[in-house]
Amino acid sequence: MNKLIHAARGVFLWVDDRLHLTKLYESTAGHHVPQSSGSWFYVFGSATLLCFMIQIATGILLAMVYVPSAAEAYTTLEYLTFHQYLGWFLRGVHYWGSNFMVGIMLLHMTQVFLFGAYKYPREITWITGVVLMVLTLGLAFTGQVMRFDEDAYWGLGIGVAIMGRVPLLGEQLVNMMLGGPIIASDTLSRFFALHVFVLPGGILALVSIHLRMVLTKGINEYPQPGMLVRRESYDKEYAAIIKKEGVPFFPKAISKDLVAAAVVIIGILACATFFGPKGPLGPPNPLQIDTLPRPDFYFLWIFAIAALMPDWMESVALLGGPVIIGIILFALPFFNGTGEKSWRRRPIAVLTVILTYVSLGLLTYLGHTSPWSPDMNAWRSAHTPKKFLEGRSPLELQGSLVIQSMQCRNCHAIDGIGGQRGPDLADVGARLTKDQLVRQVIQGGGNMPAYGKNLTPDQVDAVVAYMVSLRTPGVAAARDSSQPGRPPME
Amino acid sequence: MNEEPAKPCACSAAPKKTSRRDFLLATGFGLNAIAGAMIGIPLVGYLFSSFFKPNKLEKISLGQVDAFPEGKTRFASYKNPMHREWDGQTADIPCWVRRIQGNDFQVFAINCTHLGCPVRWFEESKLFMCPCHGGAFYEDGGHAAGPPPRGLYTYEVKVENGELFIMGGVIPNLSNQNV
Ligand code: FES
Repeated sequence: MNKLIHAARGVFLWVDDRLHLTKLYESTAGHHVPQSSGSWFYVFGSATLLCFMIQIATGILLAMVYVPSAAEAYTTLEYLTFHQYLGWFLRGVHYWGSNFMVGIMLLHMTQVFLFGAYKYPREITWITGVVLMVLTLGLAFTGQVMRFDEDAYWGLGIGVAIMGRVPLLGEQLVNMMLGGPIIASDTLSRFFALHVFVLPGGILALVSIHLRMVLTKGINEYPQPGMLVRRESYDKEYAAIIKKEGVPFFPKAISKDLVAAAVVIIGILACATFFGPKGPLGPPNPLQIDTLPRPDFYFLWIFAIAALMPDWMESVALLGGPVIIGIILFALPFFNGTGEKSWRRRPIAVLTVILTYVSLGLLTYLGHTSPWSPDMNAWRSAHTPKKFLEGRSPLELQGSLVIQSMQCRNCHAIDGIGGQRGPDLADVGARLTKDQLVRQVIQGGGNMPAYGKNLTPDQVDAVVAYMVSLRTPGVAAARDSSQPGRPPME
Repeated sequence: MNEEPAKPCACSAAPKKTSRRDFLLATGFGLNAIAGAMIGIPLVGYLFSSFFKPNKLEKISLGQVDAFPEGKTRFASYKNPMHREWDGQTADIPCWVRRIQGNDFQVFAINCTHLGCPVRWFEESKLFMCPCHGGAFYEDGGHAAGPPPRGLYTYEVKVENGELFIMGGVIPNLSNQNV
């Protein structure tokens, strides 16, 4: 027995001597971290990396079946989803893995921001992290194109429209993005190259730097309120912390990361199993224009911004916004590189995070419901509740028909039924006078097209009469405030 | 390694040796710079090839004029003039043809001028509506409502021998406004 142990030890020593495993361990997994960093708040970084590894594994397997050709991609997606053994599952894991990756990356970034981990001397860790975020979002966008369906096609169209707004270089950039002047086979091929070679390669390279920085500059200690970072003294303080309470990352500080890793994997698998992969939706047939292009979840907020922004600032914001955000993120560790780390003493940081999350959440919600989009089928499918027809005069009923047949309902609901783009017609009669209504219908304005050319005067009369009759019983019709003496319409 | 015992030097020989090494190093760098350019320039040229090729519009038939009733707007499509076999369905490009009367046509691009979504024509209200952010355009392509910064893109139209042609081959966007 002793001999056996002796022999095994000899083998180990030999291997170690050749490969320097112990040294490797000491300078990597075994490097000392502050005990306080073994916290649940510190698990998001490794969890993001884990998601990325899952994406690589599933991505390679999917690429064994997927054909990145405009003519075949859709067919192979269907094959993957419905015929390939476990193909639906892998697609699901890849899809949900991307959602988890973006989400956890955001949590990681938030934690780093709130814990002041970007401050001296970890500037480069933060900056590589920002670039990693950009690359990850790039993977998410190009991944959407890999699912080459109608949304992918029109999503590319949106990319073209944004690129085309770049001054001077617009046309070149569009050509470069599409691999030609029109969305075609070259477009898919180059997005494929980006998605499977360029971006993942970039991420691997940057992750190496990111992790290397964690080793050279150490992981952020759990910040205590009142412990200020000073360039002159921080390194010594950190060395003291490591000396006092430093533990090897493996096996002393890794346990929570391990638990989180398992939770993430199980989460992704559960989502993949229960919800399955996304799409593909309809085929990428440009002639099939009965479509509602929507981006994937993580880009809905941009979609919402595009709808809500006044058009005079739109190009500036679409092109300048990312640049400004980028500059702020890059510069952050330099103009805010010292001082308080703990979020308990950094109200502005906390406020920034809350504001960011609230606005992202709100915009995503709006993007999801997109109340600004006309409901293209409302004019033939939205019904009119009985109480809005009963007891109406022939003229008013005629008005109701005009409203239906002229597609007003695509944008205007009646009592909540129909498009949400314009105001609900059930109460305009209480807000606008008859004259104002006539003017609004004929001239449009405030986001409503003018209908003067498309409606005969009789039709306008009927429509206005009907809208006046729609207001809730008991609510008076609107009066003209400039002529208070004049009786309300009717 | 660095701890070679200091030898009594043949001092006059030392600079010579160094300069030969330096020369070799410089040659190595130089050769690699040349070789790098030799491989780099074609790579970059390949990647940016679209920069040197001006977009060319081609004359494309949309069919007989008579297929489009006067005073109406109709859906039409054509094949991307540069399409390739493996383009599949993406080779088909839709557009809206408005025949005002006689040989007087307007052909609109399908792409909304806001962010490129496909606009749809509604005959009764005489509006093009966009499904993305609520843009709307009048019958003549003019901006009616919503975020689009301008009216619909139009193609240059030609009528020859009773056949309708457009100049196409580029996806319309704000950088090539006149498509
Ligand atoms: S793309 Fe048409 S309104 Fe935005």
